Amino acid sequence: MIWDWAFAIEILPRLGQAAIVTVQATVMGFALAATLGLGLTLARIAWPRTALPISVGVELVRSTPLLIQIFVLYFVGPEIGLVLDALTAGTLAIGVHYAAYCSEVYRAGFEAVPRSQWEAAEALNLNRGTALMRIILPQAIPPVIPALGNYLVALFKETPLLSAIAVLELMQTAKIIGSESFRYTEPITLVGLFFLGMSLISAALIRLVEARITQGVRR
Amino acid sequence: MGVTPLAIMLGLTAAALWWLAGHEDYRPFMPGLVEGAAVTMRITVAGAILAVAAALTAGLARLYAPAPLRWLAVTYVELFRGTSALVQLFWLFFVLPQFGVTIDAFTVAVLALGLNVGAYGAEVVRGAVLAVPLHQWEAGLALNLSRRQIVARIILPQAVVAMIPPWGNLFIELLKGTSLVSLITLADLTFRAQQMNQTTMQTGPIFTLVLLGYLFMSLTITIGMRLMERRAIRGLGRRA
Amino acid sequence: MMQDPMVRFQNVTKRHGSHIVVDGLNLDVARNEKVAIIGASGSGKTSLLRMLMALDPVDSGEIFIEGEPLTHMERQGKRLPPDMAHIRRMRGKVGMVFQSFNLFPHLTAMGNCIEAPMRVLGLTRAAAIERATELLEMVGLASRKDYYPSQLSGGQQQRVAIARALAMRPKVMLFDEVTSALDPETVGEVLTVIRRLGEEHDLTMMVVTHQMGFAREFADRVCFLHQGRICEEAPARDFFHNPQNERTRAFLRAVLEAG
Ligand SMILES: Nc1ncnc2c1ncn2[C@@H]1O[C@H](COP(=O)(O)OP(=O)(O)OP(=O)(O)O)[C@@H](O)[C@H]1O
Ligand SMILES: [Mg+2]
Repeated sequence: MIWDWAFAIEILPRLGQAAIVTVQATVMGFALAATLGLGLTLARIAWPRTALPISVGVELVRSTPLLIQIFVLYFVGPEIGLVLDALTAGTLAIGVHYAAYCSEVYRAGFEAVPRSQWEAAEALNLNRGTALMRIILPQAIPPVIPALGNYLVALFKETPLLSAIAVLELMQTAKIIGSESFRYTEPITLVGLFFLGMSLISAALIRLVEARITQGVRR
Repeated sequence: MGVTPLAIMLGLTAAALWWLAGHEDYRPFMPGLVEGAAVTMRITVAGAILAVAAALTAGLARLYAPAPLRWLAVTYVELFRGTSALVQLFWLFFVLPQFGVTIDAFTVAVLALGLNVGAYGAEVVRGAVLAVPLHQWEAGLALNLSRRQIVARIILPQAVVAMIPPWGNLFIELLKGTSLVSLITLADLTFRAQQMNQTTMQTGPIFTLVLLGYLFMSLTITIGMRLMERRAIRGLGRRA
Repeated sequence: MMQDPMVRFQNVTKRHGSHIVVDGLNLDVARNEKVAIIGASGSGKTSLLRMLMALDPVDSGEIFIEGEPLTHMERQGKRLPPDMAHIRRMRGKVGMVFQSFNLFPHLTAMGNCIEAPMRVLGLTRAAAIERATELLEMVGLASRKDYYPSQLSGGQQQRVAIARALAMRPKVMLFDEVTSALDPETVGEVLTVIRRLGEEHDLTMMVVTHQMGFAREFADRVCFLHQGRICEEAPARDFFHNPQNERTRAFLRAVLEAG
């Protein structure tokens, strides 16, 4: 039999449990990515001298595989006294990896705000910090929300990498089910369908948000 | 970043690798890691060729093919973009054999990664083609060129310039994605690192070398694509 | 056959949505005739040329080139909608120069002029180059043959575009406001080329223009288009000296005041 419905239904609860871990890792990882990314971008605007090191760091993180970064945090961490459980180490690695991408997105957002906005704020005698947080930031963020959304989806689709350090997320659970039952078709296909469903829904949501934002700008 | 800082980073990376390779804590790992890097490069190159072919086919089919082929292209793109690369890799590796189709791990790796990146590439191709002004079509029609000739000789050559930077990013994603093949037992750079790590527990030196190795390959791709972009822009006769 | 006009529009109508752009238009252009088409913006001049170039289909009516229908085909006595092969055969008789030049930016001036002759007419590279060299010489750009469009001025680009269209040996040449995207100082060089083309070659030419002076000395006949119809047509001299229609007079007055 190529596809066993009874088996598929039988394993659904276990996969459901695992999906919670996947979603957890996604949410925590993206929360870190979004805040750390913004922090990096604000830092390079507030202290121009940090721009070069940040650029180099971002380039380094983006140029090497996430899987290796997960391994490094998980295996090298303990050597320097950073003992983390697999889920935390993995989520941290994912968050840092995507922070590098997010910081580039934010940067584009800030660069798209016309220089004249800085000058207008200066003319009103606002100090640089206030101008950045109250005038520039609110204009820089909304246009890049769809791009951030795309990275959220990308991050979500990379959570199966956590299976490499035995986090019991969807992929790892599917593999365990497979090795127990010698049936890989149902678990792996179901995991694929889960990702496909979530991605299509997110894509639709992002389009909606995008439409909202462009409307907001026009208004 | 501009080409010059990237080239400096590449130089520093190469120098660091060179220096570490002579260091006794690192030297023993070099031969194995170099072999692994060779596998990584082979998968990257083969995957890139497949990705470009798949992207051109699907991207152009989505624009110009009759309905059934167009739907096929859309399905391919959505399917491979919507599921995760690792899921695709495992599906081909674990599930296909249950249908009686067995392919060796290297082919599975190239297929999964190439088709995955190709799906994103198809959207790049489509976007770049759509960005060529409609005027160019009409000028081609007025010269009595056929649709096929217009696409191949007028539209695509102009679209190429806009495609190069996003393809640069996709090739980097592909290179990084090859690390997943370690999970289907292919002895790439990541696999070797894992293996040596388990036997020697020399985590620090091993992963330092591996990170530098990937960095070296990534920067080479990035710089190569930047130079290619410059050439392509010059080919358009624009002053770069 | 000899009496057939080179181009015939017969009751041609074109709509965009509910907006009628060309409205039951009739027009014959004789072999080697030079016709200037003038009219206010939005009067349908571009639409007219685009239908003749088969870039846009007609909504009703017929267009003939050398007596042969462009807008339909006759097969075994039956009228069929035109297929691609038919359209391409008919397109071969017509060449067009656009307001915005539309040169291919990835090809040099020479490349622009040999691409279609090689691919469509099947000329060898050498033959195509020979023909293109001649034409680039005629438009005064032989020395710029290896330049890319972005390295040429607007006027030079437009002259390359003319050479490119001529390289396909069309029988009818269409010019759609070919000088209106140009800097004033380069308008003259392009008009000179068109003028010489008319004098030295057996070509039927339809020229949409806002340059009344040029229309008057270049054209055999002037057609004034208003709301998709030909409101007045006359030999150039009569047209400008003694316009019959009130609309024509208003238009000419407006143009002369502006210019
Ligand atoms: N693709 C289109 N969709 C909708 N309306 C169109 C389209 N093309 C042309 N039109 C309309 O058709 C009318 C005639 O257009 P056309 O371009 O033929 O005018 P024209 O005489 O060439 O004007 P101009 O002097 O400005 O070039 C205009 O009102 C224009 O808005
Ligand atoms: Mg017009």
